[in-house]
Amino acid sequence: MSYTAATVQLLTTEGTLVTSDATAEYLPYIEKLSDDQLRDFHRQMVVIRRFDLDAANLQRQGQLAMWIPSLGQEAAQVGSGFAAKPQDHIFPSYREHVIARIRGVDLMRIIEMLRGLSHGGWDPKEHNNFHLYTLVLGSQTLHATGYAMGVQLDGATATGNPDTDEAVIVYFGDGSTSQGDVSESLVFAASYQTPQVFFLQNNQWAISVPVARQSRTPLYLRPGGFGIPGVQIDGNDVLASYAVTTANLDTARSGGGPGFIEALTYRMGAHTTSDDPTKYRDAVELEFWTKADPITRYEKFLRSRGEGDAFFADVEAEASDLTADIRRRTLALGGVPVSDMFDNVYSEPHPLMDAERTWLENYEASFEGGPA
Amino acid sequence: MASSDFSLPDVGEGLTEAEIVAWKVKPGDTVEMNQILVEIETAKSLVELPSPFAGTVTALLVEEGQTVEVGTAIISVSSEGGVPTTPAEEATQVADAAASVTAPEEKSGAVLVGYGIAGHGVSRRRGANAAPAANPGAPAAKPRPASVPAAAASAIIAKPPIRKLAKDLGVELADVLATGLAGEITRDDVVRQASQASVFRNIQTPEWGTEREERIPVKGVRKAIASAMVQSAFTAPHVSVFVDIDATRTMEFVKRLKNSTDFAGVRVSPLLIIAKAVIWAVRRNPTVNSTWTEKEIIVRHYVNLGIAAATPRGLIVPNVKDAQELSLLDLAKSLEQLTITARDGRTQPSEMAGGTVTITNIGSYGMDTGTPIINPGEAAIVALGSIRQKPWVVDGQVLPRYVTTVGASFDHRIVDGDVASRFVADLASVLEEPALLLD
Repeated sequence: MSYTAATVQLLTTEGTLVTSDATAEYLPYIEKLSDDQLRDFHRQMVVIRRFDLDAANLQRQGQLAMWIPSLGQEAAQVGSGFAAKPQDHIFPSYREHVIARIRGVDLMRIIEMLRGLSHGGWDPKEHNNFHLYTLVLGSQTLHATGYAMGVQLDGATATGNPDTDEAVIVYFGDGSTSQGDVSESLVFAASYQTPQVFFLQNNQWAISVPVARQSRTPLYLRPGGFGIPGVQIDGNDVLASYAVTTANLDTARSGGGPGFIEALTYRMGAHTTSDDPTKYRDAVELEFWTKADPITRYEKFLRSRGEGDAFFADVEAEASDLTADIRRRTLALGGVPVSDMFDNVYSEPHPLMDAERTWLENYEASFEGGPA
Repeated sequence: MASSDFSLPDVGEGLTEAEIVAWKVKPGDTVEMNQILVEIETAKSLVELPSPFAGTVTALLVEEGQTVEVGTAIISVSSEGGVPTTPAEEATQVADAAASVTAPEEKSGAVLVGYGIAGHGVSRRRGANAAPAANPGAPAAKPRPASVPAAAASAIIAKPPIRKLAKDLGVELADVLATGLAGEITRDDVVRQASQASVFRNIQTPEWGTEREERIPVKGVRKAIASAMVQSAFTAPHVSVFVDIDATRTMEFVKRLKNSTDFAGVRVSPLLIIAKAVIWAVRRNPTVNSTWTEKEIIVRHYVNLGIAAATPRGLIVPNVKDAQELSLLDLAKSLEQLTITARDGRTQPSEMAGGTVTITNIGSYGMDTGTPIINPGEAAIVALGSIRQKPWVVDGQVLPRYVTTVGASFDHRIVDGDVASRFVADLASVLEEPALLLD
């Protein structure tokens, strides 16, 4: 469950940079970051954690049908999310709330989806190429590979211009690696050398099934069998996530073919609000990953660089503002008119839909006191 | 000062009810937004509910231990002068499904989203033309037996539905013998534990009910037991055989034992002989002493001999562990001790767990015979009928003899008619000639 000798880590749990042969390749990406960028990593991680916790509360208060927590996985997501360039296309799983935020999706869209008001309908074109959440496990890896093949056919990649060449990054979890979809995408990605990064967040648990049950091989070694290089990173290290993803995306963008990153992280909470992890996980594991927390170590890092209390207080204030705003807007959400289920089946008026709508209206009206 | 109610949400996907396990606040307490109010248990898990309001608790509307439906108001909180955080009318569309299952006394617009509850709601609404008498009224909260404390439950391996079943059946998981992988408690384990405690009950004659008819809703515990019993009945196909026996020599043997100095002070009855006979016959027909699992038949080469014992709380089936190791005297002592312990209501769960074959002594109620039901997890049960003098043909002459009927039921998945018959024939031969036990 823990890190291995192969795990790329740039930032220790004590918040110090790792300078070694293994990290020499990646540290230059960090050195290029401005102070503002480094601060933004922290800001995004803290704000999304507060949002995530409050969204879980909203679910427990009856406001959402379910919530899918990202607690503990902030570094893997924030680092890789910032690594993507504006022209890159991002295919999320269903837990990458902070990447949605980074790409300009109002978090209310996710709230609405998990309240049952929408199917997650945001237009990727209008949201910096952040594609829709995919609740079906692993399907998005096929979407991403197909899209990446399209990018190739359009000639929109590998022209030698890193500011316009496109790449694709797809997020999935350790549970999805057991889906055929993921293997199929790896086959096609390798065959066509797609401009694509497979970003696996190994959060150790596929609901209640541990990763050790799913794979006898460390997952970063699996793509090797498909002819795709794999690398394992400390997914709770936002700098490693940023640097290694950037390097992989650069390779993909320049025609170097697909890459695969296994980010070792941990789902600190439940898979969704519908399950109870205390039933299948032990406290020792939780303790290990609590010590490896992504935000704690990054705050140490920033403070060691001279960041003061004012900044951290500012971030807390932003998190409070955001959660208060989300709560206010969530409580103001209505429901979906029942007629919606008939309205969008066909683009044109349809006699069957009309008949069914009328039937339902009559049925509702048949109850004492009229329609509920 | 506005007062707001918090209604039980569907915290899972499609849950319809939950039990209030423990309140974390009491009336008069000041609560903050998102402060934990209560721990509830659903069919899936234990869940803590955070407060959607800041304010002062004015009332807890549901007691601990009660199970209430999603949408039922469970707590009232008065807000402190500020704008109530309860959502307003714009949320009622979503609330529809939930509101229709909410008790009539509900005060505020509960906002609940979720799955699968609309169906219940519709069925509860009255048709416009229905007579008032048809009003089913408010859904009643169901009192439940004391729950398993959450802390104690953590060391036990059991899936949430099994935990719920155990709670519904009044079974303490800590008492259940786990037969699943890695010590997991299975559904069968819980059902077995429950059935051992409640196969039969002593009955007192109550007064006639005042109503001509009583309608008992088939739900909750009753529904769970019914489905478990139906499953059990369809799971183990019973086959029963019966044989009449001249047990005169057994009665003479019992009389001699009673008079022997070795057995002085020890209770001796025909049960002792049939117990010894069962152990002997098991050795000759081992498959009757086994357990069916879907993958294999586990044949026990030891006998934990279950004795159905009448107790003030009902019939229970404690067993004598490794009875095959015991001498006749020790077996007699064990049976006596087991009976006394059971009668005093002191039988420990461990004494009821792990039985391999069972004897039910229905003869002690004066019954000649009956079709016994196999103790779950076993493959055979023997019923010993009453032993009475009856006319019996001996060498062409009708003579008064001590006659009894031995019946036995077998799990036909494991035991075929030939083995069943041989086993019962062995029992019969011992009762007819106890000297065979010298074998």
